[in-house]
Amino acid sequence: MELQITWFILWSVLWAVYFMLDGFVLGTGMLSGMLGKSDMEKRVLVNSVGPVWNGNEVWLITAGGATFAAFPTTYALMFSYLYTALLLLLFALIIRGVAFEFRGKVDNPSWKLSSDVAIILSGFVPALLFGVAFGNIFEGLPMDGSGYHGSFLALLNPYGLVTGVLFVLLFAVHGALYASVKTNGELSSRARRMAGNLWIPLLIVAVVFLGYTKFATRLYDNYFKWPVLLLIPVIAVAALIAVKYFTVKDAMFKAFASSCVTIVFVTFTGVAGLFPSLIPSSIDPAYNLTIFNSSSSQYTLVIMTAVAVIFVPIVIAYKVWVYRVFRARVDEKEVLSNSEAY
Amino acid sequence: MDVLTLSRWQFAVTGMFHFIFVPLTLGLSILIAYFETRYVMTNDETWLKMAKFWGKLFLINFILGIVTGITMEFQLGMNWAEYSKYVGDIFGAPLAIEAMVAFFLESVFIGVWVFGWNKISKKMHAISIWIVAVATNLSALWILLANGWMQHPVGYHLVTNTAGQVRAEMIDFVAMLVNPYGLIKFAHTVTSGYVVAAFFVMGISAWHLVRRNEMTFFKRSFRAASIFGLVACILVAVTGEFHGVEIAKTQPTKLAAMEAVWETQRGVPLSLIQFPDVDNERNSIAWLNIPNLVSFLAVHDANGEVKGLKDFPKELRPPVLPTFWSFRIMVALGMFMTFISMLGVYLSGKKDFEKYKLFLSVVLFSLPLPYIAGQLGWIVAEVGRQPWIVYGVLKTSDAVSKSISTVQVVGSLLGFTLLYGGLAVIDIYLLAKYSRKGPDGILTSISYATERRN
Repeated sequence: MELQITWFILWSVLWAVYFMLDGFVLGTGMLSGMLGKSDMEKRVLVNSVGPVWNGNEVWLITAGGATFAAFPTTYALMFSYLYTALLLLLFALIIRGVAFEFRGKVDNPSWKLSSDVAIILSGFVPALLFGVAFGNIFEGLPMDGSGYHGSFLALLNPYGLVTGVLFVLLFAVHGALYASVKTNGELSSRARRMAGNLWIPLLIVAVVFLGYTKFATRLYDNYFKWPVLLLIPVIAVAALIAVKYFTVKDAMFKAFASSCVTIVFVTFTGVAGLFPSLIPSSIDPAYNLTIFNSSSSQYTLVIMTAVAVIFVPIVIAYKVWVYRVFRARVDEKEVLSNSEAY
Repeated sequence: MDVLTLSRWQFAVTGMFHFIFVPLTLGLSILIAYFETRYVMTNDETWLKMAKFWGKLFLINFILGIVTGITMEFQLGMNWAEYSKYVGDIFGAPLAIEAMVAFFLESVFIGVWVFGWNKISKKMHAISIWIVAVATNLSALWILLANGWMQHPVGYHLVTNTAGQVRAEMIDFVAMLVNPYGLIKFAHTVTSGYVVAAFFVMGISAWHLVRRNEMTFFKRSFRAASIFGLVACILVAVTGEFHGVEIAKTQPTKLAAMEAVWETQRGVPLSLIQFPDVDNERNSIAWLNIPNLVSFLAVHDANGEVKGLKDFPKELRPPVLPTFWSFRIMVALGMFMTFISMLGVYLSGKKDFEKYKLFLSVVLFSLPLPYIAGQLGWIVAEVGRQPWIVYGVLKTSDAVSKSISTVQVVGSLLGFTLLYGGLAVIDIYLLAKYSRKGPDGILTSISYATERRN
């Protein structure tokens, strides 16, 4: 297999895993105001993602770094074309980390309130922006030989917004499911009800997205060419239905696992439609940024493949260990027993 | 101002802000790991309290290092797209490897350390902070190898594609890994981070010792930090010297600007008091000369030749004054800090150490000095490399993104300045608050944690 294709797959996996892992952090964050009725409940929510959020965010750094190393032209153009959107994303991610770390450091109601608002917004804004950005990438960016002809406001087109809302709802359901498996008592059941309630709008938006994609993008071309790819969206839809099924049956861990599968396969659904492009041009396919015309040299790809083959499994191994160490539900007692907790 | 100037300002602001937090992380992680190891070995609770108290301050600082680091990676594509296209084939690799090899480790195990007190064994807990310390330093290695490549590009060739676009492609990965410029820069930078950590711990300990708070705790902290600081100061000086030799070899314009050498000559003296006069391409004042010292330091030969700025066309010279003064002040601060840490090692060995109030206040007010020295070091490194972004290969003016507008960059620069300004205020407030509080507040939870551990 050509190394460009290997890296295309790895690139998709990095994004999918990032969305799966940070998705529940963003979702828990954006729902923390509605789920957490008291200060302690909010603290429990923040602490439920405490041990893992930072490691999860590194998947984004790695996805960015991998784009830079394997497809430098795509990295350069994607980041400079989407300047304002990425800037807002950066600000939100900066504020999120700081709000997590500093929320409990000062005992003052207005400090707590502003931290809570920051945590809600910095969950919602990145989810929306990732969706808008990927929606626009699916549509193609207005670019040709003379450069980029888009703007930030033009990104907020109907299809971009539908994708944005899809991501927000996906992550919200994901976060609610995470909260329900990581907390106890009333907080946990409230999170479960929330996941169940949000699932209905999520399903509606997902259907709209799948239909709209037919008209707004060329993603389905690949599915007509290689029908076997249809398995990907089928798995995504099946997993989405399983989310509801397990939520109703109160098998919350299975519901959360199904949600992980949904997010991964929604990402793959989009990305498989892009192949071999990373960013299509909406003006003329001749200007598509593909894995072939924007990739690094063979030599660099070989080196990077070797590094990834060795280190990604190691990363996964110790991350699995960490999730095992922190598998217990988080409660008030645990938060109060640790002076370093958030 | 144009996109280029604004983007340069933005990179400077965000990079320097990021580097307020990084050096403390580099050094303090090692000190905390040492404290916790002593606790595991001796079961003496003071060591545990030290790990926890300095750990709390570490975390307040650490989070800002993490979040401001993302900006650096994004910005290369956002503002420097032409650069990223040109060098991505070779420059992207160390960044991606840094994330996979180091940043994951650091970010995952800091979570283990913070939240794992009641979850893992005592030993594993100490190991997790050692992993953070090693990973942080490893992360610096990859970033500085990347920066080292911009300073002294190796292991690449230039390739023109069918569309006529040129880019640098990697032909020798190992050459980049063993690039002497990158390695010496790494050694110099991380050891300067250890000095920051040492002065941080010494300074806050001094504040408490003057007030006679928790004497055992702060005397022990001060003692450990001063020894760490002295060793680090010496290492910074030694690595700095070899760094200078590397600069003389590979970036003659930077070295000439650092020392304000105008004419190429042999046996260049070092003037203790010197004022460059850029307009007339000479030094208006050059007093107290030490014969042959610049030559000796730069090329390890008292009679060696040092290239002068006049050998290079004006448009290929870096801005002389910022490079010259940053370097001078950095070196002066380094000498002063070496002196302070020597005194610290000596005096902290005395029983009535807390009586040396004047010395303790000097130490407290020296806390910002290693930070300033580190920032000045980066000015020498980055301003001194101009007009090149990749020395001798690509000019900074050819590296900026073509698709971004002045309005966008004004907006982002303003946004970063406001956001970072706000974060700086909050961070300093929290550091001051928890520094003052001392180890008292964390006492109860420690006994609980100790009880439940193992």
